[in-house]
Parts: sequence; C-alpha cells; structure tokens
Amino acid sequence: MEKLINDFSVGLFFWQTVLFVILVFVLRKYAWKPILSAVEEREEGIKNSLEAAEHAKAEMEKLNADNERVLAEARVERDALLKEAREIKESIVNEAKDLANSEADKILASAKEQIANEKMKAITELKNTVATLSIDIAEKVLKSELSDKTKQNKLVASVLKESQLN
Amino acid sequence: MRLKTILITFFISSFFGLNSFCENPSSNLEKDGDIRERYKKFKNHHLMDNHMFVLTHDIAFPLPVILYTDGELDVFMSSNLYDNHHKPVVFEINGRAYKVDGHEHIKEVGSNLSLIDFSITKNVVFILICFVLMILMFVKMARSYKHNSLPKGIGRLIEPIIIYIRDDIARPNIGEKKYKRYMSFLLTIFFFIWIVNLFGMTPLGSNVTNNIAVTASLAVLTYLITTFTANKNYWGHIFWMPGVPTPMKIILAPIELLGTIIKPFSLMIRLYANMTAGHVVLMSILGLIFIFQNWLGGTLSFGLAFALSLLELLVCALQAYIFTMLSALYFGGAVEEHH
Repeated sequence: MEKLINDFSVGLFFWQTVLFVILVFVLRKYAWKPILSAVEEREEGIKNSLEAAEHAKAEMEKLNADNERVLAEARVERDALLKEAREIKESIVNEAKDLANSEADKILASAKEQIANEKMKAITELKNTVATLSIDIAEKVLKSELSDKTKQNKLVASVLKESQLN
Repeated sequence: MRLKTILITFFISSFFGLNSFCENPSSNLEKDGDIRERYKKFKNHHLMDNHMFVLTHDIAFPLPVILYTDGELDVFMSSNLYDNHHKPVVFEINGRAYKVDGHEHIKEVGSNLSLIDFSITKNVVFILICFVLMILMFVKMARSYKHNSLPKGIGRLIEPIIIYIRDDIARPNIGEKKYKRYMSFLLTIFFFIWIVNLFGMTPLGSNVTNNIAVTASLAVLTYLITTFTANKNYWGHIFWMPGVPTPMKIILAPIELLGTIIKPFSLMIRLYANMTAGHVVLMSILGLIFIFQNWLGGTLSFGLAFALSLLELLVCALQAYIFTMLSALYFGGAVEEHH
C-alpha cells in the first residue's frame, strides 16, 4: 500500500485525466456520434428494408390470392355462361321441334281431313252410281220381266254381265 | 506494407531492449547473484515511469520536465538530469537543484522543497501517442461513413466491437432509455485501455496501465460520472434503503456510502494489479534466460514467455472489457428507475 501511494504520480494523474477528458469530448463529437448514428441509420435501413420486403411479400400473396379469386370467379362465370348457352340452345331446338311437330300435325290433320272428305265424296258418288245402276237394273229387269220370262232372265244376266264389266 | 514496417521495428527494438541489459562486455564473468540483482533492477526499472524515453541503452530521447516548486514553474529537458552513462546528476535551474532518486522521482536537493512533478514522462508520451492514434483512427473511421454505409479498413474490425459495447455492455446494464449518454465514455475508455495495454505488450517499454495514477484517474472519472448522473432512486438506496427496518437503514447508510467509493477503487486496483502482474511475470520468465544461461533453460523460458505473451494479449482486451463492463454496471445502478 505504501509503495502504491509512493508510486502515485500526481503529474501522471493530471495528464491522464486532462488528456482522457479531452479525448472523450473530441471523440464524442468527431467519432462516436457520427459512427453510432451511421450504424443506427444502417440498422434502421436494414430493418425498414426487411419490413418492406415482408410487406411486399404479403402484398404479393394478397395479389396472388386475388388473382386466384378472380380466376375462380371467371371460371364460375364461364361455366354459368356455357350452361346458359346450352340451355338456350336446347330451348331453341325444343321450340323448333315443337313447332315442326305441331306444323306436321296440322298438315297431317288437314291431309287426313282432305282424305276423309275425298273419301266421303267418293263414297257418296259410288252410292249415287250404285243407286242409279240399281234403279236402271231394276227398270230393265222390270221391263224384260214384263215382256218375256226368258228374256227377262237373259236381261238380268246380261245386265249383270255388263255391270261386271264396269 | 506499413504494418510490416511497424512489426519489423518492434522486433528490432525488442532485440535492442534486452540487449541493453546484457551488453556489457566487462561484466560477462560476473556471478549469478550479481546477474540476479542486475536483472531485478532492470525489471523494476522497466516497470517504472521514466523521465527519459529509453529505446535501448544508447538511444534515449530527453523529455520535458515540468516542476511546480514553491509556487513557481521550472521547465527543462530531462537530459539535464542524467550524465552520458544514464546516471542521475544534480541540475540547477532558477536557484533550485534537482536530482532523480532511485524511484525515478525528481527531488529538490538544495533546500528540500516539496514539489509537484507535471513532467511529460515516458508514460505521458504513450498516453499522448494513444490519444493521437485514437483520434486519427476513429475520426477517419467516422469520415468513411459519409460516403458509404459500410465500414472500411480498420472500421471493419472496430465496428463489431463498437456494436458489441453498445448491445452487450451498455444496453443491458444501463437500460435502453439512458445508455446513449454514456456511450462516448464507455467506448473511449474501452479502446483507450485496450490500446495502452497493447502498447505495453510491445517492447517499447510502455506500461501506462501499470501506474496506479492512470488507473486511479480512470476510476475517478467513472466515480464522478456515476455520482453526477445518479438519480434520486440511487441516493435513496444509499442513504435510506427502502424495505428494511429503520435501525438497519441507519447501519446500511455508511456501508452503502462506502460502497460507492469501494466500487471505483476496485476498478483502479484490478486494472493496475492485473497489468502489473502480467508484466512482472513475463519479465521474470524472460529473466530466467539470464539465470539458466544454457540452451535448455533459454528455450524453455522463451517458450513459456511466448505462451504467456499470448495470454497477456487476451488479458489486455479482457481488462479493458471488465473496466468498461463494470463502469456500465455502476452507471446503470445510478440511473436505474424505481421499480
């Protein structure tokens, strides 16, 4: 201890203190402050960049999700449109079919009616002709009957023959 | 290239350093006891502050001596205090006679006046070199940030250390809010101690932190900063410890008050003792070369000294770290918020 006190140099203490205090103040102004602020700035920059990158990534993900959503929506819309088109097509086809059917039916019906009419007309004519013939035959039969029996028979036969020729 | 030159200079000067001890042709046949005595003297001399800047036995630069005697300043070169063989002689100036004693202290021999020695001694020169070196190095480094956000050159080595001091010493010990105002002191004290310690490892004969005055000055600065930046909570814990019974408070107050002085005192002693012990051990092991005086002992002691030098290099940084760390811890205690 005595050696320590003996070795204690006031001059050295003085110079050390003075120089060190000056050193602290000089370095504070010209070195530590600029260095620390530069380091802090850089750290802040790195932090901000990282955050921005993270942000951009999230944004990208959001955009991607949006794209997906839009695509899905488009797909759904396309499907709906296709479905609608198919339905329209089917309805048009069906309508046409129905129309054609009804038209055909109409034509058929009118044809049938015409046929029926013609038939009726023919039947009527036939009836008339048959009636006329019958009357004629009857007249002739009656006439020959009235004159000669054999003749009458002959007549009937001939008439019949004639009618068969018809 | 410049670094290589410096290394070679160190190497050569180290060679001369030990040479200065052994080159004395007439004393080659001296007995072991004499060699031991001489080496002890040499070692003690090496550990002492000096008024001359001695590189080798022949090359020594005089340094200015500034003495405050009896209210008057006496300024002269230290070469006046020694003769050609580096033996102290009496020097008279302004009617006062000075002589260097065995501890390299200047004494007034005429009428035994008390004096205060403000001389630029060898250690002051090294403090000045460190002062200039630090300003050049760190200001240059700070400038390099103006153009580029990344450090250049030596900044690549220093920046991680600065960030380490900030993030692992200042922030956890002082706290996020207040650490910034102490950063300048912590950084300066760390690099100052580290650099002067490293100077001490060179063979230039520097031993700045081996002086109690230097470590005392650093410790006093830590103490002053702690005391003047302390908040109410800190003083409250010293004079009126909360949470203990009143009689205990009365007992604790002087203990706590003493503690505030013991803390920086321990800083002072720790740094001084560690660095001095390292130098003494290293010098003693090197001295074994001259005691063994054979190739085996020489090789052994060289190997041991080399290993110890590596350890000392670690201790240089470690002591700087511990001083900074504990200073930060004391500052942290002084500004701690009430919890």
